[in-house]
Amino acid sequence: MSDLPILSLVTFTPLVGVAIILLLIRGEDEARAKHIALLTSGVTFFMSLFIWGNFDNSLATFQFAEKAAWLPSLGISYHMGVDGISMFFVILSTFLTPICILSAWVVIKKHIKEYMIAFLILETLMVGMFCALDMILFYVFFEGVLIPMYLIIGIWGGPRRVYASFKFFLYTLLGSVLMLLAMFAMYFEAGTTDIPTLLTYNFPAEMQTWLWLAFFASFAVKVPMWPVHTWLPDAHVEAPTAGSVILAGVLLKMGGYGFLRFSIPMLPLATVDFTPLIYTLSVIAIIYTSLVALAQEDMKKLIAYSSVAHMAFVTIGAFSLTIYGIEGAIYQMLSHGVVSAALFLIVGVVYDRVHSREIAVYGGLVEKMPFYALTFMIFMLASVGLPGTGGFVGEILVLMGIFQVNSIVAAFAATGLVLGAAYMLYLYRRIIFGALTKDNLKAIKDLSAREVAIFAPLAIVTIWMGIYPMTFLDVMHVSVENLITNFNQAVAAAGDGAVAAR
Amino acid sequence: MTSAEFPNLVPAMPELFIACVAMVLLVLGVFQKEGAGKTIAFLSTITLALAMLILVAFSQGTVTTFNGLFIADQYSAFAKFLILLGSLLTLVMSQSYLKRVDSNKFEYSILILLSTLGMMMMVSANDLLSLYVGLELQSLSLYILAAFRRDDLKSSEAGVKYFVLGALASGMLLYGSSMIYGFTGTTNFDALAQQFQNADGHVSVGLVVGIVFMLAGLAFKISAVPFHMWTPDVYEGAPTPVTAYFAVAPKIAAVALLMRVMIGPFGELVSQWQQIIVFISIGSMLLGAFAAIAQTNIKRMMAYSSIGHIGFALIGIAVGNQAGVQAVLVYLAIYLFMNVGTFACILCMTRNGESVENISDLAGLGKSNPAMAAVLAIFMFSMAGIPPLAGFFGKLYVFLAAIEAGMFTLAIIGVLASVVGAFYYIRIIKVMYFDESTEAFDAPIGKDMVAILAGTGFVILMFFAYPAPILDSAGAAAASLFAG
Repeated sequence: MSDLPILSLVTFTPLVGVAIILLLIRGEDEARAKHIALLTSGVTFFMSLFIWGNFDNSLATFQFAEKAAWLPSLGISYHMGVDGISMFFVILSTFLTPICILSAWVVIKKHIKEYMIAFLILETLMVGMFCALDMILFYVFFEGVLIPMYLIIGIWGGPRRVYASFKFFLYTLLGSVLMLLAMFAMYFEAGTTDIPTLLTYNFPAEMQTWLWLAFFASFAVKVPMWPVHTWLPDAHVEAPTAGSVILAGVLLKMGGYGFLRFSIPMLPLATVDFTPLIYTLSVIAIIYTSLVALAQEDMKKLIAYSSVAHMAFVTIGAFSLTIYGIEGAIYQMLSHGVVSAALFLIVGVVYDRVHSREIAVYGGLVEKMPFYALTFMIFMLASVGLPGTGGFVGEILVLMGIFQVNSIVAAFAATGLVLGAAYMLYLYRRIIFGALTKDNLKAIKDLSAREVAIFAPLAIVTIWMGIYPMTFLDVMHVSVENLITNFNQAVAAAGDGAVAAR
Repeated sequence: MTSAEFPNLVPAMPELFIACVAMVLLVLGVFQKEGAGKTIAFLSTITLALAMLILVAFSQGTVTTFNGLFIADQYSAFAKFLILLGSLLTLVMSQSYLKRVDSNKFEYSILILLSTLGMMMMVSANDLLSLYVGLELQSLSLYILAAFRRDDLKSSEAGVKYFVLGALASGMLLYGSSMIYGFTGTTNFDALAQQFQNADGHVSVGLVVGIVFMLAGLAFKISAVPFHMWTPDVYEGAPTPVTAYFAVAPKIAAVALLMRVMIGPFGELVSQWQQIIVFISIGSMLLGAFAAIAQTNIKRMMAYSSIGHIGFALIGIAVGNQAGVQAVLVYLAIYLFMNVGTFACILCMTRNGESVENISDLAGLGKSNPAMAAVLAIFMFSMAGIPPLAGFFGKLYVFLAAIEAGMFTLAIIGVLASVVGAFYYIRIIKVMYFDESTEAFDAPIGKDMVAILAGTGFVILMFFAYPAPILDSAGAAAASLFAG
């Protein structure tokens, strides 16, 4: 391993781009901000691949660790590092950002400079959050995301953008502040905010319950879980395409990652107690939101509801606490990150041309846009979970994991696959097939070279994830195994203690 | 000790310097004919800057002088530094406004100097008498400042309102002091602290009544609920730079004074006063958060915002330990920069030479003046407590102290109030960026304003990168308060 602070470099390189844009781009030159943003995020992506390349699969510890004093009087440090669980989320963030910037190339016409700055700052915050190994540092990044995202939805969003941005901001903030208090309580109990140390600390059982609920308040909103998911459809519908991409691709994963990093390993006893709650909410989410998705008239809203359903698979998998389940949850997050991002971009393509997201406006697009139809099909089937795509691997692993512990939940969750196929195929049929009768669609153009450049990497990754999942599973395997071993030990130890106390 | 002994003047150097210069400038101003305002303002600015230098140069551990009436320690030095900085920045900010409304009278700067002197006396008070003298010097100067635009109805009304209610509060404070003196036989803080050392938290009811009256008087000065009624009206009516001044320096001085009184002489009686502070803290946070939502005038909104911020700061006092005091000092330091910056933005809100004060006037600022909008957005996000901006760290320390002391309910109400508060802060950002533009503000804004906006914005934005200076000095200041 090299001594290069690679994680910090990946985290803060986008800020260099921000500085360049702020200092060099003036007035009429605004369009050049796009080039700088694309270049910076591209460089960041390649640097993040270096993390992957040098990652040691056989270690469960945090790698590429960096540590520096930050708030020394409280013992809070700038501590960064990745393990098998967080590493791919870093890559996912750096992978999607250049795609977002590319997708906005001709669409965004006002405040181009600010748009690019917002996305670069967002990238820094996302990457930083997945790398942070100190609770307070994590919180700073986690919460900081609100600022650029609020502005992205509010400034470049649709007609109800103000409502959507406020709802997004306040929902998330409300959950997070409770988590912050829980972090303080953990700090005074354990005497540190260092995540690796806290992972091995045993919190008293009654305290765990409260801490777990506080963390749950934050992560459940972020994932989002039913019934606190209502901000998501609004935010997605009103956000500009690239905003939806980041929202679905990365921000939702922050909740799932939070469960895997904090709730489950740090609060194992409470996790055991609350698992039925998670199962119930997730099953409701899968069935209810799938049915809601079936009834949507707005494409983005449909995909937003499908995201809620897919993320419910993640929570079920994570809380099944089996190797399959957790690996499936992480895998599902990664593939959903790519696929839902692609689906929002797909919507963006026709929205840019026709300026409507209503499903009824379209029909018969296959006649004029064959490449578009093909691309759409790939991602639609990946979303359904067709074998050979990334979506399949995640869902099947989750189902295998949950089946080992609770076959009833598994049966309910499996209905989600059927319903998912129903609403996605129905959507596809209404947009792509049928007769092309609408006048404004007669002259619609197929994918441009820029759009092909956007979708090609996404399609390759989706299929790669479906055909050879071991590339990804190998990396996370040791870390997940370690997580489950520690979890079981902690639960067993508490059980022994309870017996001894009697 | 003989009465003829000459007191040690060194600890009071900055105060003496300001007092002397203020007198000289007053005479100078009277004898100058036209245009004295500008010269005196310039000299006053220099005076404040020099006083800061003197303060830093002469600070030397904990010393009492003037027969124990006056104390200079690191705690008072920290508070004085903030007060001087706040006064300095608001004095600089005032100039373009005073020129615009054509009331650039030299008394303005003198009054700022004198009130600053009063505030410095307050934080260095080591006796109920010197406390009262400092407080009154400050208050009387502020009453006049509030009514400084005497041809303006609103300004005069603000001045009278502030004076009447302020006098009432001073009366209560004085009454409380007299009761404390009556039941203990001393007004000296050290002597009081000594008396309570063995009291085991049990004292006579009369003394408790005295403390309650004192608290009521001080709560008025920091505009904490339920003594906040004057704040919105005075903030709205007073000339904007005076409002900026009100929001910063006197608040810091009064909170610092409150902390000194509560922790110093009455530190052993935490159990007696803690619930009062908790109550006014919760009241201030909730009122600040909810009442601000309905405001359309930005100065009124800032009034409620400051009530809310005081509520958060009071959490640290309620905790009543060293971590709490440090948290409050950090909070005040950050509050200073946020407020000075925000009011600098408000002062820049002019159209055709006239000030505008409605929140809706900010519409489209993101387009018409992106730099100013960005800076104001930074302040608003910071006030809402969103990381990585400085305001978050202020709240972080306060809530940390509360959780450490096991005051979970207070902390939970606090964070929920901060979420409600976030609503009206981000509404400002919404108006600036999401709404269609209205007419642009006058441009360009003066160089002095640009400097203040850039400076305060930079501090708030980059605090996270290098927090050590403020944190460490606040820590040392808090330690010195508990050492004595």
